[in-house]
Amino acid sequence: MTLRIFGRPLPISAAIGLIIIAATVFLFIFGPSLAPFGQEDVVGAPFADPSAEHLLGLDQNGRDMLSRLLYGARMSVGVSLTAVLISFAIGVPLGFLAALNGGWPDMIGARFVDVIMSIPVLISALVVLQSLGSSLPVLIGTIALLDSTRVFRLSRIVAQGIVVMEYAEVARLRGEGLWWMLRREILPNALPPLLAEFGMRFCFTFLFVAGLSYLGLGVQPPFADWGGMVRDNQQGILYGLYAPLFPAGAIALVTIGVNLVVDWALAGRTMVQGENR
Amino acid sequence: MGKLILQRLGLGVVTLALVSVLVFAGTEILPGDVAAAILGQNATPESLAALREQLGLDAGAVSRYFAWAGGILHGDLGVSLANRQPVADLLWPRFLNTMALAGYAAIIAVPLAVGLGILSAAWRGSLFDRIANVVALATVSLPEYFLGLLLILFFSVQWGLLPSLADTWSGMGLGAWLQATTLPMLVLVLVTVAQIMRMTRTTVLGVMDQPYIETAYLKGIPNGRVVLRHATPNALAPIINVVAFNLTYLIAGVVLVEAIFNYNGLGRFMVDAVSKRDLPMVQAAAMVFAAVYVILNMIADISAIALNPRLRHPRSKEA
Repeated sequence: MTLRIFGRPLPISAAIGLIIIAATVFLFIFGPSLAPFGQEDVVGAPFADPSAEHLLGLDQNGRDMLSRLLYGARMSVGVSLTAVLISFAIGVPLGFLAALNGGWPDMIGARFVDVIMSIPVLISALVVLQSLGSSLPVLIGTIALLDSTRVFRLSRIVAQGIVVMEYAEVARLRGEGLWWMLRREILPNALPPLLAEFGMRFCFTFLFVAGLSYLGLGVQPPFADWGGMVRDNQQGILYGLYAPLFPAGAIALVTIGVNLVVDWALAGRTMVQGENR
Repeated sequence: MGKLILQRLGLGVVTLALVSVLVFAGTEILPGDVAAAILGQNATPESLAALREQLGLDAGAVSRYFAWAGGILHGDLGVSLANRQPVADLLWPRFLNTMALAGYAAIIAVPLAVGLGILSAAWRGSLFDRIANVVALATVSLPEYFLGLLLILFFSVQWGLLPSLADTWSGMGLGAWLQATTLPMLVLVLVTVAQIMRMTRTTVLGVMDQPYIETAYLKGIPNGRVVLRHATPNALAPIINVVAFNLTYLIAGVVLVEAIFNYNGLGRFMVDAVSKRDLPMVQAAAMVFAAVYVILNMIADISAIALNPRLRHPRSKEA
């Protein structure tokens, strides 16, 4: 799909990124059904070495590492993806409307977002989680709302650039309504930067959810989640075991994959803009 | 320029005031009674009443906000719910620990990153440039705990060079402190260097495309001198902006790094307070983190104003 949108040759790095993303999507859909053991089943001694039956060994409670990784794929990717989708569903329409209508709602929205963004996301999230506790809906809702401020800001800036173009001016003079302006003038032209932002937001949110879980404040046990698995197995590293490196490596791999593709997409965008200058 | 800087200072103060409102509101969004939520199943009518009184819940939200914010201005951060000690006594030593760790990382990361960025701009397209670019992309994507665990695996477990836990105590010698905090420092350096380096390279290269640089080359000035004396000074303002931006990143990164190495800093303190749902401690820690963040951003903007000749000597009024 990306190929068609940008219409550029695919370098090796972006191809690797696309393969990683495809694998992640596959694991997200089929991961739990591929797992040989349940995510809560204790099948042997804690930190047992890898064997033919347990390819990646057992975790700190004697659960199969590979199975938990497969279950965790759905949880880690699912939570981040849901949060990012919600944040775009909130941020993009509001950002477009603010740019299109201007006036005091635009001013207030922009100032409010500036204040929210002047606090580190992690700190804001910790404050909210302190008062609401950490459940999945609270986690997803908090991250989505905090992220939507960043999405709002970008969509507003992008749309402001489009609203002043001649073709948008012509459409307004033609008497087109709000829906037409959003759907036919702003959205198609704002799509490439917003898609790149979607990738970057996903990367950031994915690392953020994993980080919160690593701190013990994200996805709660008994659900398998990659960040939480790093935390649970961390003691193993002191005995020279690789147990915590499997989930940590999985997190790193997904992030690198998405980053490689976003890098390629963004490079394409600046090049196109440079040529039109 | 003085007026611009004063405006920016005023904006910083206003932002901090608004941030305090948000932090306070963030702890107020709980539906129902805060005291009941904090005590949970252990609530008895007496303990509920006592906690309500301690939190001042009988007063309205607005008057409680002003009591809390007024206390902060006088250095009174409230009393911890978990162990009944003044939050200020618990918070400041850990804040200093966190600042020491972040400062240790910044002193090494900033010159290293800016230097590497200038070098890869000077040798654009060389093997050095390409390797630096790939390494930068990799370290940006790696989560702190992955890097931290790798460093522990090699430096502590396999080679036995450095401790895996950053144990520090007041009155320990500088040598011992440096040894204990070197691994956490390395993680912070790795995650910040890449970003600063890439941005420095981009900024210097942007200046290198300008006509006066071409003139300098045509005059026969060697490459190194053109980069250092002609290009870098003009790239300085954006570089400082990027450095400040990444130092603010350290503030968030330090929370995770402290958790990895069990370092006794403000980040771990805040995470502990959140899991114990200790309201005054979380509020105070959030305010301190946010204040550092706002102040760093302010310093970045002010130094950008001070370093920009066009802003120093404005010729015409701009919107």
